[in-house]
Amino acid sequence: MSQSQHFEGGTQSPEPADSFGVIEVNDLVIDFPIDAALLNRRYLRAVNHVSFKLVAGQALAIVGESGSGKSTCARALTRLYKPASGSLRLDGSDINDPTQGLSRIELARQIQMIFQDPFSSLNPIHTVGHHLHRPFKLHRPELAEGEFTDKIHETLARVGLSPPELIVNKYPHELSGGQRQRLAIARAISTGARFILADEPISMLDVSIRLGILNLMADMKSDGIGFLYITHDIATARYFAEETAVMYVGHMVEWGDSDSVTQNPRHPYTQLLIDAVPEVGRARTKKSVSRSKSQIPLWTADSKGCPFADRCPLVEDRCRTEMPSLTQVANNHFARCFALDDSEKIDTKQVK
Amino acid sequence: MSGVLLQIKNLCVDYVTDAGTARAVNDVSFNIAAGETIGLAGESGCGKSTLAFAITNLHSAPALISEGSILFEGRDVLCMPDDELRRFRWAEASMVFQSAMNALNPVITIGEQLIDVILAHNAVSYEEAYGRAESSLELVGIHPSRMQSYAHQLSGGMRQRVVIAIALILRPKLIVMDEPTTALDVVVEREIMDQLYELKAELGFAILFISHDLGLMGEITDRIGVMYAGNLVEMGTTSGLLASPQHPYTQGLLASFPTIHGPKTRLEGIPGNPLNLLEIPEGCYFQDRCNKKTDECLLRQPELIPLQKQPSHQVACVEVTGL
Repeated sequence: MSQSQHFEGGTQSPEPADSFGVIEVNDLVIDFPIDAALLNRRYLRAVNHVSFKLVAGQALAIVGESGSGKSTCARALTRLYKPASGSLRLDGSDINDPTQGLSRIELARQIQMIFQDPFSSLNPIHTVGHHLHRPFKLHRPELAEGEFTDKIHETLARVGLSPPELIVNKYPHELSGGQRQRLAIARAISTGARFILADEPISMLDVSIRLGILNLMADMKSDGIGFLYITHDIATARYFAEETAVMYVGHMVEWGDSDSVTQNPRHPYTQLLIDAVPEVGRARTKKSVSRSKSQIPLWTADSKGCPFADRCPLVEDRCRTEMPSLTQVANNHFARCFALDDSEKIDTKQVK
Repeated sequence: MSGVLLQIKNLCVDYVTDAGTARAVNDVSFNIAAGETIGLAGESGCGKSTLAFAITNLHSAPALISEGSILFEGRDVLCMPDDELRRFRWAEASMVFQSAMNALNPVITIGEQLIDVILAHNAVSYEEAYGRAESSLELVGIHPSRMQSYAHQLSGGMRQRVVIAIALILRPKLIVMDEPTTALDVVVEREIMDQLYELKAELGFAILFISHDLGLMGEITDRIGVMYAGNLVEMGTTSGLLASPQHPYTQGLLASFPTIHGPKTRLEGIPGNPLNLLEIPEGCYFQDRCNKKTDECLLRQPELIPLQKQPSHQVACVEVTGL
């Protein structure tokens, strides 16, 4: 199956043969209520018709600012939020459809999350050993009680927490930030998870240890774990993930090969984002990108047009009334913008 | 003469805890010239914020300034009597803190907070203070109608601009900025930084810019100092230090940021974990994480020594300076 196909908003039913080891998100819509009215309650549309696919052994980065809906996508995959429409499939089974045989525990076994703050995602009154003993006991019925200790030591060594015999008896407050995040990763892989949803896993860590965590995740990726890497730092997205998707106000505005997206961004928002990144040794021109200081819009089900229209330097009339269709700009690189050359456009209706 | 504005000499700051005394700033000396922008880089816990707080003598127990002096235009900030210190703070040296939400009072309007600063330092009428507060908001690109707004009614970027407006309102000669954009999204950070360049060009104040982001720092500073575990380990001109970092820690720090345009190779960052200040080793503090460690490094903490071929560039590493 070609790489370029899987981001399409198509609805073709997945073939059993190539749907194993894959998470498919199709046309996902998530609404949150913004008032408590009984009638005519208003909803904020946090995620608006988003489709993507996670493949075992690869990473997809979702990049965006606060409030762009990137974390909401990840949480929907762990059933923390219920979608308004659209489907989320693991190995071809819909994770929100109880008739398709995915129990709560089975889902947790396959998909695990790592959170931003390793200080609050670990239980302060339990030891490192306890944090790993629980998932082994719950999720690895094939292991006998006596095997747990060895397995825990093995897992700690694998995430670079050594010596395991000493670490296992420590409490979270005795570990540094980087060590805590390593423990969170150890806990996620100890269930035997095939997919890890990492929500800003390095943004709260000291700069000198961030790369250690990213490299550890890259090693897990080589071992066959699929990653959804959520970040606001597009440079680390390029470093870690094969594919990058850029979100703005709940919309996926550009996505594809990480290198293609970062080296040749086509959507004005991605260009703004990349231009804003400070970089050592890069001269900054006096004229700046961000003269477009409007507010980020509040998106609802009735909102029309392109969400970036108010801030876009290339805005046209039609941007305010209709959402641009999909343009394929390179082999595996798509963007939604009217300003892209019409000749590059592919007909998304035909794909459907 | 555009001489020295701020002179920090052999400054040591300790935190006294039940578990022992942690030296958060260890024998740090450097100068800031009038109108100069100095960057101070390092990771959490390296003492850069502790140093910033010392400059306006804001420390209270358990922090203790145990040694050294801080001279602002020749006057020692650490020895000022209370009323002189009160006049000095904000009028001559002000601060921008990292978390703008916490720096603003949530229950009084933005305008009141600006006016408050003016009336605390100047004998002017309320009307005049009001006018000055309005023009100060305009200076940072906020419409004067926002005088009546409360902090929660502003976006993160606007709040940080208000904090900058408050820091600038008395036209100080030095602004200490402690991670001014860390809590902001990258596009908003860019807007604030652009604003800062313009204001600096217009008003000519000196900045002590504290951040962990060397990329951001490279854009605005004239000189950069790098701190590790309370020590200033390297200091040089921005172009010199970024082009040829000498200390292994600076080199590691620069190699810790994946680039967006450069070659895509596996970076290794810095091995190990930041030093616990209660468990400092004999010799160089960086020894456990250093890839150039020799027996010499175990003996003593190296001093900051100018490079022979580039005297403006100082490094505290035995391997580099040979001393």
